[in-house]
Amino acid sequence: MHRYIPNNGALLDEMLKDIGISSMDELFRDIPQDLQFKGNLDIPGALSEMELLEKTTKLAELNKSSDQLVNFLGAGVYDHFVPLVIDHIISRSEFYTSYTPYQAEVSQGTLQAIFEYQSLITQLTGMEVSNASMYDGSNAAIEAAILSLNAKRKSDTVLISEGVHPEVIEVIKTYLHFRQTNVKLVPLTAEGKTDLAKAEELMGDGVASIMVQNPNFFGVIEDVGAVADFAKSNKIMSIDYVDPISLGILEAPGNQGVDVVVGDGQSLGNGLNFGGPYLGIMAMRKKDVRKIPGRVVGLSKDVDGNRAFVLTLQAREQHIRRFKATSNICSNQSLNMLVASIYLNTMGKEGLREVAVQSASKAAYLKKALLDTGLFEEVYSGKTFKEFTLAYKGDLDALLKGLEEEGFLGGVNLERFGRKGQLLIAVTEKRTKAQMDAYVDAVRRLS
Amino acid sequence: MNNTNYNTLIFEKSHPGKHAYSLPELDVPAVDLDSLETPLRKELDLPEVSEGDLIRHYVNISTKNFSIDKGFYPLGSCTMKYNPKINENIARIPGLSKLHPYQPESTLQGTLALLYELQEYLAEVSGMDVMSLQPAAGAHGELSGLMVIKRYHEMMGNTNRKKIILPDSAHGTNPATVAMVGFELVEIPSDEDGSVDIDELKAVVDEDLAGLMLTNPNTLGLFEGHIQEVADIIHEAGGLLYYDGANMNAIMGRARPGDMGFDVMHFNVHKTFSTPHGGGGPGAGPIGVKNFLAKYLPVPQIEKKGEEYFLNYDYPESIGKVKAFYGNYGILVRAFSYIATMGGEGLREASDMAVLNANYLMERLKKTYNLPIDKVCKHEFVLSGIKDAPKVSTLDIAKRLLDYGFHAPTVYFPLIIPEAMMIEPTETESKATLDGFMDALEAIAKEAVENPELLASAPHTTPVRRVDEVYAAKALILSYKDMLNEEN
Repeated sequence: MHRYIPNNGALLDEMLKDIGISSMDELFRDIPQDLQFKGNLDIPGALSEMELLEKTTKLAELNKSSDQLVNFLGAGVYDHFVPLVIDHIISRSEFYTSYTPYQAEVSQGTLQAIFEYQSLITQLTGMEVSNASMYDGSNAAIEAAILSLNAKRKSDTVLISEGVHPEVIEVIKTYLHFRQTNVKLVPLTAEGKTDLAKAEELMGDGVASIMVQNPNFFGVIEDVGAVADFAKSNKIMSIDYVDPISLGILEAPGNQGVDVVVGDGQSLGNGLNFGGPYLGIMAMRKKDVRKIPGRVVGLSKDVDGNRAFVLTLQAREQHIRRFKATSNICSNQSLNMLVASIYLNTMGKEGLREVAVQSASKAAYLKKALLDTGLFEEVYSGKTFKEFTLAYKGDLDALLKGLEEEGFLGGVNLERFGRKGQLLIAVTEKRTKAQMDAYVDAVRRLS
Repeated sequence: MNNTNYNTLIFEKSHPGKHAYSLPELDVPAVDLDSLETPLRKELDLPEVSEGDLIRHYVNISTKNFSIDKGFYPLGSCTMKYNPKINENIARIPGLSKLHPYQPESTLQGTLALLYELQEYLAEVSGMDVMSLQPAAGAHGELSGLMVIKRYHEMMGNTNRKKIILPDSAHGTNPATVAMVGFELVEIPSDEDGSVDIDELKAVVDEDLAGLMLTNPNTLGLFEGHIQEVADIIHEAGGLLYYDGANMNAIMGRARPGDMGFDVMHFNVHKTFSTPHGGGGPGAGPIGVKNFLAKYLPVPQIEKKGEEYFLNYDYPESIGKVKAFYGNYGILVRAFSYIATMGGEGLREASDMAVLNANYLMERLKKTYNLPIDKVCKHEFVLSGIKDAPKVSTLDIAKRLLDYGFHAPTVYFPLIIPEAMMIEPTETESKATLDGFMDALEAIAKEAVENPELLASAPHTTPVRRVDEVYAAKALILSYKDMLNEEN
């Protein structure tokens, strides 16, 4: 028997005897003969710890990680510094090997952590309620779109800014296709902001909401207040997809009249992890709380009157409401949510602002240095935060290949999203002046 | 520990000027924020605590959690098996974890090889042909799988096919998923042992059928013996079969959904393949399909050309993307680590022992507790109240178990069994633990007769006692700010 399976030898025989059978096969006699799988599954192993470490270390050596390459990639996933306390806390078995906190009396740790997360997100976004997190930003976005459609009778369309992450738009399109709902894309202005005049032209009775991203996919800071006003005057919902780090310096969307805030919490202390797991942020107004998808924790008390936390409003959820639930989601990204909370508590009000200021300052420095080379042009004239889009005058593929050989992940080639020659560059507080200067030097040499 | 110093929210520990972060000095000119020409934040109301405060805070609240590393967690349908430690180490190898999703494929060959190999493992365990690792959770896998079924019917021109049949014993996510994909739900009553009632099935199958969702073994822990007949009925009517992989831990190496006639399925790697539940996530819900459906899977698919691995987006008939990037990779790495640690033979042993452990519990517990269906079970079984104390609720039994140091089983599910208590021991529990658990349940049965109040007022020894759910739903205090408002 495998080492993770404790009952073998005499124990096993004793158990079989206790239940009155002579072999394991008897336990599977209810499976029809022709459905019984014969022989062994064709999976190598079992590997010892040493063998598995060797195998995975070899695989790791075939990759090039951000320890080896200086990372200027962003597009929704950012190489911010992950404070070391985070891994210590989330490595506690009590957090990572516990189940969903359905038995509140023995789950107060997770429940309190969720309550604090909800509190932190409402404070960060300026909204009134937050759920316990969703799969990721793209899924929070689609859930917000569905929420807006459910909130307005006879609606059949959502407006999405072209400044929203293209993969988020893809996910929304996938889901809404199967609900016979339309996605209309709102183009950007020359500044790179959502064109609200064009949005006005796309309006109709069936429109339920407008979604923008801020700062948007191309790095440009949107006029969120104007978007919220547009939504109000058209009696639709406004949905703002945020980078939570930007809220260290940018006004909270809740103070600008936004109805729903969503976003990806990766940048709050979650490592790169090749795209996941991260967490989806979702926060809104309290009047809409009964429409919120996913888990929500509330403060309560136990029979002795002590403070206690518990999952609440469960009547919205799939295990109670089944076909009529607000969503089919039955988990949250609890451990990633814990990471985001620890991150926000570690940084505190000064630290989050500092990360935002440093990222913005370094991005501004690099953007200017690259434009000064004369090799690039700005794609949009609008103000940017920690990320910006430039058009390269030469062969972008060759440039990025050359940069990789010199030890840089030089940015996201937007050709993958149909924009040939455009480069999206992100700069976090981790990048140093020396790294950026070396990057600009390399660009000059390779051009 | 109910000491008030420790029993506080992080916000109540905040003190102006304290901080836990450390950053180097800014080495370029600071940007003039006014030049951003956008409204700026006037206040940012986050806690201010020291690193020591922070660590104590989380260590103290963590001790109020039950966890698999602390004790037995017999939650039916959740497969709370031991979470091997090596999986955590491997997921943290920098060369496997510090990777950006938009790096060039040439810098990702190790990771793509690992994921490709994982796909092959999953296909072998399930008997499916092609896998997609993208869905983030079991429910997300269901959603993606039903989208594949809907896309198939669209491409076949069967736009009338909108009905998904579910037995009434199904997991709650099944009907919720049906709604989310824009299908219509047809729920059919199960026969007495939770299996599909063939006559009921035949009565609802017609030309509007899109498919059927099923888990096997079913939610009573019993193997659906006439699955082939069910599959034939659905296929002959032009529908497809969806397999909910929640119960895969019962049958690895013993039977495969692909061989039973299922066309689409999902795995819950946080159940079957030991990845930690994390207090409610993250998980991962890879899906598998038969070849004829492969072109509809989410993009990108992870493929191999010669010795090169790559992400293939070139599937014009794909349902599209269901999640940004490629799935919950960090969790998939843990699943890979587990499967490689077990090997094919080890996986069969795991299922064998999960089933033996369940039967071992069932055989003894049925003497004290009602067992609605007395048949050999698979990895789990469902009890229905104490024989000698029929008025004592399952909720009270569950809460009393917490006092004995065990997590409660899944309660009041499946819905077709009154006072249901669903017990799944998994293969990683020792005979001694199982014996101790049964001793506790028998002691509780005795208490239920002699002193039912002891159960009604349980738990007595947990960090908090029974929590008032009605108050929470009425007061709706969902944040620290709400709490302060309430107090004022």
